[in-house]
Amino acid sequence: MTTTDPTLSQTDPADARPSTGAGTGTRATRIIGIATIIAMGWLVAFGLGFSPEDRDQRESVRLLYVHVPTIWIAYLAFIVTAVASAMYFFGKKKSLGWDRLAGASAEIGTAFVAVTLVIGAMWGRLTWGVFWQWDARLTTTALLFVTYIGYLAVRRLDGTHEQRARRSAVIGMLAVLEIPLVHWSVRLWRSLHQEATVLGTDGDVSMDGLMLFSLFVGVLAFSLLYVWLVMHRTRVMAMEDLLDDRDLDDALAARHAEARPVDIGGNEEGTA
Amino acid sequence: MEDAGFIIGGYVLTFITVSFMSWRVVRAGKRLGKQVPDADKYWL
Repeated sequence: MTTTDPTLSQTDPADARPSTGAGTGTRATRIIGIATIIAMGWLVAFGLGFSPEDRDQRESVRLLYVHVPTIWIAYLAFIVTAVASAMYFFGKKKSLGWDRLAGASAEIGTAFVAVTLVIGAMWGRLTWGVFWQWDARLTTTALLFVTYIGYLAVRRLDGTHEQRARRSAVIGMLAVLEIPLVHWSVRLWRSLHQEATVLGTDGDVSMDGLMLFSLFVGVLAFSLLYVWLVMHRTRVMAMEDLLDDRDLDDALAARHAEARPVDIGGNEEGTA
Repeated sequence: MEDAGFIIGGYVLTFITVSFMSWRVVRAGKRLGKQVPDADKYWL
């Protein structure tokens, strides 16, 4: 997948500009990384320790401090993907930076949906007695997961960086329309899954204070993790694109050298 | 704690997943960072 990327400076194959070998880390990522680890520690402390058991769900409620934040951040990730896709698709500059942000966000969102589905299945086993039901919420969430797997597969198709960006931008803008379907599925169809406790339409939060705080800690921890991962992943993608461009330049230079006429003595034209 | 296996197992599985993702992206950044000149790393 190669082309010239205007968001990155051009690299001459013969360029010997120095690299200190610095990776994708910066002061900002280190601060966010440390904050993420601290927030994850809080999540374990509150989720497994301080928060009380639920009257109906008993101890299984502790899984919801992971299950709910991961799907909320996945929704956010897919919205970021859609917005970044639109910025690329409709923007005048056609900056591939937007495309990389869309791709990085979708990757992380998809991983978070996978976590949601696995933790949800464990919660279902404890609460409903089964790991899986073809329930509206579960099925639409699985469909969302498969859709973004497809999005990520499309990003890996052969073509230039611009072709990748155009194709995936269209899918990124359409796939996000599944989120309202997932969120409202418990109201649109008869569902085994409970309705929204926090993001309900009536604005009433019927949760114990410490439980709500534990949920908030989970949201904070996974939000920080999301930001940290997006920063690193977009930088990795920028370097991958740059090296793709460099490989193309090297390949073109090699083909040009091969195509140059050579005289019988083996000297290149003009040097004999 | 009732059902501790499921609950702690769920947390452990989650942390293994996110740790693996984090390690993978940092490792890729370090590997590619050696091949790319610093002038092309817009974040530096």
